[in-house]
Amino acid sequence: MTDLTSFSIAEARDKLKSRDISAVELTQSYLSAIDAANGALNAYVAVTPDTALAMAKASDERLATGKGGALEGIPLGVKDLFATEGVHTQAASHILDGFKPKYESTVTQNLWNDGAVMLGKLNMDEFAMGSSNESSYYGPVVNPWKAEGSDEKLVPGGSSGGSAAAVAARLCAGATATDTGGSIRQPAAFTGTVGIKPTYGRCSRWGIAAYASSLDQAGPIARDVRDAAILLKSMASVDLKDSTSVDLPVPDYEASLGQSLKGMKIGIPREYRVEGMPEEIEKLWAQGMQWLKDAGAEIVDISLPHTKYALPAYYIVAPAEASSNLARYDGVRYGLRVDGKDIADMYEKTRAAGFGKEVKRRIMIGTYVLSAGYYDAYYLKAQKVRTLIKRDFETVFHDGVDAVLAPITPSSAFAIGDKELAADPVKMYLQDVFTITVNMAGLPGLSVPAGLDHKGLPLGLQLIGKPFEEETLFKTAHVIEQAAGTFSPAKWW
Amino acid sequence: MSVDLATVKRVARLSRIAVTEEEAERMVGELNGILGFVEQLSEVDVTGVEPMTSVTPIIMRKRHDAVTDGDKADDVVANAPATDQNFFLVPKVVE
Repeated sequence: MTDLTSFSIAEARDKLKSRDISAVELTQSYLSAIDAANGALNAYVAVTPDTALAMAKASDERLATGKGGALEGIPLGVKDLFATEGVHTQAASHILDGFKPKYESTVTQNLWNDGAVMLGKLNMDEFAMGSSNESSYYGPVVNPWKAEGSDEKLVPGGSSGGSAAAVAARLCAGATATDTGGSIRQPAAFTGTVGIKPTYGRCSRWGIAAYASSLDQAGPIARDVRDAAILLKSMASVDLKDSTSVDLPVPDYEASLGQSLKGMKIGIPREYRVEGMPEEIEKLWAQGMQWLKDAGAEIVDISLPHTKYALPAYYIVAPAEASSNLARYDGVRYGLRVDGKDIADMYEKTRAAGFGKEVKRRIMIGTYVLSAGYYDAYYLKAQKVRTLIKRDFETVFHDGVDAVLAPITPSSAFAIGDKELAADPVKMYLQDVFTITVNMAGLPGLSVPAGLDHKGLPLGLQLIGKPFEEETLFKTAHVIEQAAGTFSPAKWW
Repeated sequence: MSVDLATVKRVARLSRIAVTEEEAERMVGELNGILGFVEQLSEVDVTGVEPMTSVTPIIMRKRHDAVTDGDKADDVVANAPATDQNFFLVPKVVE
């Protein structure tokens, strides 16, 4: 019998509709796969088999009457950052111990409204702060990919490491994720999956634990471009509960696949050719240009002069917003409380015990840059630099560029516990050097697998588009995918 | 700009995070590493540049000033570590 977890969302959708398979069977296959793999991969922090089977049963009933939604019966994993009613929601942090919200995030509600089935909650870097999934209270996620001839455990990237690993290992048909500085795109690149961070405002942030509100955006991680398009269509919506969500119709992203690239202008930013970039990545990038050229696009050199300042500006803006957002975790309203001799002592002890190292570091940096006398020098300066970063993109788009093609990560997946990266927070931050500009400018960015490196590990390419032109990214990524193929890890777990 | 041990302890206090002497000493190096990294921004000329307030050029939606939600006291306190009759309990704050 075919392993039902091998079907993409598009394939499963057709087989469910034609009643070749049932939603319950499909869900059971995923639950068994999770059961067999999660000990080794640590992708899920909570599995919800009863909910999943009940949702699948309801899907089967709707499918039987021909009333199924766009994602009817499709089993998905949800990043632990999304509030799910009555279900473990802790942002992979100790400070939210036992938190089970009484409400549902808008993005997940949209998915359930379309008939999707929830398998459980996925591991992540604590409060989405990290690039390796090693800052999770629940321990690191193991990348289903291993280098050829090596048994070393690799990171799946972060912060949506659980989402990326679960999709790559087929422990869900697709997953929700979030991206504040690269947290969808970098893990997608490290696991051979497709991830898209849509334009800021495309998906509601309501019910997603806030890290840096002006940068946070939800998006899907999926096995291929089509599945990512299907998922984003359901996730995106205007929402009165998030005043930054945008009231624009959600296009049928899937319909853009297969459209011609003729006449399109693809920009190649010279500032992304950074010193010490591995030759393999340079070659992959050139290959990507060739594929797009063969498909009829015109390749043009462009300049985004403020690129190198995006990362330092981010490490002011994001921690500043985080220090404010995470002030709510005080041991009073939810989660962990450590008793103290007075209320301030209780706050301090609770936050000392509840937050991990990286989260404390960012709260402290944020508190410092916002403190009296430093606000202008740091925060205001960074917000001005952000204006310049956005202007760089506006200029090239104004000059006729339709999308930008760039690398996504400086390397393939690295080892869990990498000493050099663990010793120097700034080195870890450099992981996001190619992804962070997109968040700073609020643009859509997509990561698509484009090949394997000499170690046999996946590498991705990034496409950056104009605001709310996700369709351009999907049709362009589809061309790359058609040329490069799709990649799955050899099963060892 | 760089921070010393006293500043780290002050920032920890402002952040309401208890730190041990050892942690504070470690953080001096880490925070200075990050602050040194962001120092690059001083190279950028931002004369006449407006600070970004919103990435998307949207006018914020305003809702009617009306009660649209509520009567959920049980839900609001459901996840609290200590409650009594729908009140959050905290250590004594008024002498």
